[in-house]
Amino acid sequence: MLAAIGVKSIEDLFADVPAGVRFPALNLPGPQSEMETLRELMELASANADAQASPCFLGAGAYNHYSPSIVNHMILRGEFLTAYTPYQPEVSQGTLQAIFEYQSMVAALTGMEVANASHYDGATSMAEAVIMAVAHGREKRRKVLISPAVHPHYRAVVRTYTQGMRLTITGDERQQATLSDLAAQLDGDTALLIVQSPNFFGQIEDLAGLADKVHAAGALLCVAADPISLGMLQPPGRMGADIVVGEGQSLGIPMSYGGPYLGFFATRKDFVRRMAGRLVGETKDKNGQRGYVLTLSTREQHIKRERATSNICTNQGLMALAATVYMEAMGKHGLRRVAELCWHKSHYAAAEIGLLPGFAVVGDRPFFKEFVVRCPEPAGPSSVGVAELNRHLYDEHGLIGGYDLGQDYAHLAGHMLLCVTEMNSRDDIDTLVQALSEFGA
Amino acid sequence: MNYPADLKYTRTDEWVRAAGASATAGITDYAQEALSDIVYVELPQVGDSFKQGEAYSSVESVKAAAEVNLPVGGAITAVNTALAAAPEVINKDPYGAGWIAQFTLSDAGELAGLMDAAAYAQYCESRKQ
Repeated sequence: MLAAIGVKSIEDLFADVPAGVRFPALNLPGPQSEMETLRELMELASANADAQASPCFLGAGAYNHYSPSIVNHMILRGEFLTAYTPYQPEVSQGTLQAIFEYQSMVAALTGMEVANASHYDGATSMAEAVIMAVAHGREKRRKVLISPAVHPHYRAVVRTYTQGMRLTITGDERQQATLSDLAAQLDGDTALLIVQSPNFFGQIEDLAGLADKVHAAGALLCVAADPISLGMLQPPGRMGADIVVGEGQSLGIPMSYGGPYLGFFATRKDFVRRMAGRLVGETKDKNGQRGYVLTLSTREQHIKRERATSNICTNQGLMALAATVYMEAMGKHGLRRVAELCWHKSHYAAAEIGLLPGFAVVGDRPFFKEFVVRCPEPAGPSSVGVAELNRHLYDEHGLIGGYDLGQDYAHLAGHMLLCVTEMNSRDDIDTLVQALSEFGA
Repeated sequence: MNYPADLKYTRTDEWVRAAGASATAGITDYAQEALSDIVYVELPQVGDSFKQGEAYSSVESVKAAAEVNLPVGGAITAVNTALAAAPEVINKDPYGAGWIAQFTLSDAGELAGLMDAAAYAQYCESRKQ
């Protein structure tokens, strides 16, 4: 083969790469057996604090919920274990059925008419909502209003995703802006208004009347929601949302240091042609038996190409399957029970922490499973205080503490976002309260 | 293949039927056959203005999506809302019930640059070979 293409050796193929970096000495350790390698990796891994060994009160977008063992068992089955939707989808009826069930449950949970086969994560789902809304406004409306109480990472991803599209993403410049402030900025140029509920601070936003204001301006309303919270809260679809997005990791997917996660995306039937990604539908075959098809196939590749709303075709097949098995294993009542446990346990924790001298639970809105705590004034700059507090919690009590809000919100320096789920026992919570009281004293 | 004599045609397979200052537009028999089963038509909004050759609608079939250009510049006065529920009408009757939009001409002189039925028929035949 080398002779056929006219070179002498494999090395000649790399002649274009500068000699100095062509074959660098990699300075790697010698070979190890599998057993030795595993031992080394386990030692490295043990340097991490993980939610299995340490009670975790950290949330802020990635949540420690219980994943029943049936979830892992099902997704590891050979028939399912691939990250991709098959490219000849109709031969994989089982995969299509799982996606159809996923879509149906997401639609029911969010109170929407239709849900797609999923996106990479909650943040990319939100970015797709922006693109869809701009396309819906025939690209004439160029402004997107986003609440400062939307997860800071989501807002960053939306801006990254849409750069070069000549859109104005605004509304979150003032970090304490309320939904009324946001609604006051609606105008004829606004394509979409985005809120999150429960918001980044765990608080349940008052969405009553918001959709009417948004629609009166000719814009669409996108609500980002925590799917576990929808086990007990009114679905955004019933509050007039046009698009509901969110992070599906809570639905039986481990936190895994940030991924793979699952972005869910639900909307109204009217917008389905503008929706990115895939949509699986149920139909009947020629014998009248139930079967599944890609009702809207990988349109970006096959049909619309450069005219497509989005270039995203991939869905998170395996993670969507995990969420499907989770929702089916939990059922309607199980999901409600998980939501109630989160609610009660977090409210117990907040009540106890609120009694500690130097600490205060901040916020005037009801919250779901996360809440903001003002920590005692430390000697140095206040953001150092939260980091110090977290170090104390971990070193002295083996607890994973809360999120330092001063990193993203200047006015919340010295404030911590704590999360309590069904995974935190009463003992864990009491240990946390005790540990905090030592720090406050 | 059908090429009604009272219409003018574009090289991108749209037709226009002008009557005084107003006109009706759609896609040709050749276009609907090339696209095959049409499943969705995106309609413009009444009041929107387009230049000659500018995309005012898009048609999606099971095989492809195509933009539909306005044969001569104008402002939309009516859209065929029946296509939302029954887009396949374009396949059945592209020059009649399958019309897409009515509009007022901004410059009737632009019609002169379009093909007549005979020229368009020849253009379609040439592409079949």
